[in-house]
Amino acid sequence: MGAYFEKGHWSCLAAVLLASGSLPCMGAERDIPQAQLLLPAELAQMLRTSTGEKPLILQVGSHVLYAEAHIPGSEYVGAAGQESGLQALRDRMKGVSRDRLVVLYCGCCPWSRCPNIRPAHRELTALGFTHLKVLYLADDFGTNWVTLGYPIAKGR
Amino acid sequence: MLRGVKKSMRAEGHCRTRVGTAICTVAASVLVLHLDGSPAAGVDIGSGHRTAPNFARVDLERRQVSLADYRGKVVLLNFWATWCAPCLAEVPHFAEWQRTYGGPGALQVIGISMDDQEPPVRAAYQKYGLNYPVVMGDESLGELYGGVLGLPITFLIDRQGKIRFKHRGLSDLDVMKREIQQLLSGQ
Repeated sequence: MGAYFEKGHWSCLAAVLLASGSLPCMGAERDIPQAQLLLPAELAQMLRTSTGEKPLILQVGSHVLYAEAHIPGSEYVGAAGQESGLQALRDRMKGVSRDRLVVLYCGCCPWSRCPNIRPAHRELTALGFTHLKVLYLADDFGTNWVTLGYPIAKGR
Repeated sequence: MLRGVKKSMRAEGHCRTRVGTAICTVAASVLVLHLDGSPAAGVDIGSGHRTAPNFARVDLERRQVSLADYRGKVVLLNFWATWCAPCLAEVPHFAEWQRTYGGPGALQVIGISMDDQEPPVRAAYQKYGLNYPVVMGDESLGELYGGVLGLPITFLIDRQGKIRFKHRGLSDLDVMKREIQQLLSGQ
């Protein structure tokens, strides 16, 4: 996107978004620092160009929705809005280096109402993961990833 | 959506001009409206309405539910889950509409739960006093309806079995209600 905007236009875009209070850092999303949010386009780019260690991408929402479509290479962990899902997340992260790049995503519901993403983020932050990113899906995984033509895989 | 913004910028070729700044602002405003999470109006899916794919499942009461059996009724087909807060905000309204508009040749609500397991669905069924059939969904049923990759999603199906409206995400229930009334009146 940067190729299509000069620096001033980025500022303009950011100013409008900030003024509206609609950036992901605002309102109900304050608990996830903006610096840790990843836009779908950024993750898609990362997947295309990643040459070194691949990020560990974890889906922390619905298993049925994961089976329908998920980010290639991502793992289903469990619904982090439930204790069983959080425990599965803890178990999965045992032995994983705390400086490993980890990307969390859900996309089951509109971002501000997602029951899973914030508990998962809090859990991994508490466990000391320092390279943690959260995929920002404003509406849901279908709208903000699949419909935009980013790669998917199917199955459980 | 970002791709859409990007594509429109490329097509216009305006982003390096003052006009470009204005376009960027408008595009940002559109983006803002989208991110704001405001209720989405129902989408009339056009004149080429496609027939709602048939399915047959056993509901929570162990009764066979086949969509084809409801031909002649207006059907509200709701994909939901117990972990989905916007879904839980909607289902009491659907139960109310089933009471108000239900009956022979009238409205039939059918819920399809995308939960992984049945027990929480059964609990919610009791808690919210759902008075319509609820079946357990899965990925094959989701794919049958074009991909259910985010909840809630609601389809309004007319008496001929055609999908007339689709609501995705936070729905404007007043709009949905008007659409139901429109379909019930035979329009």
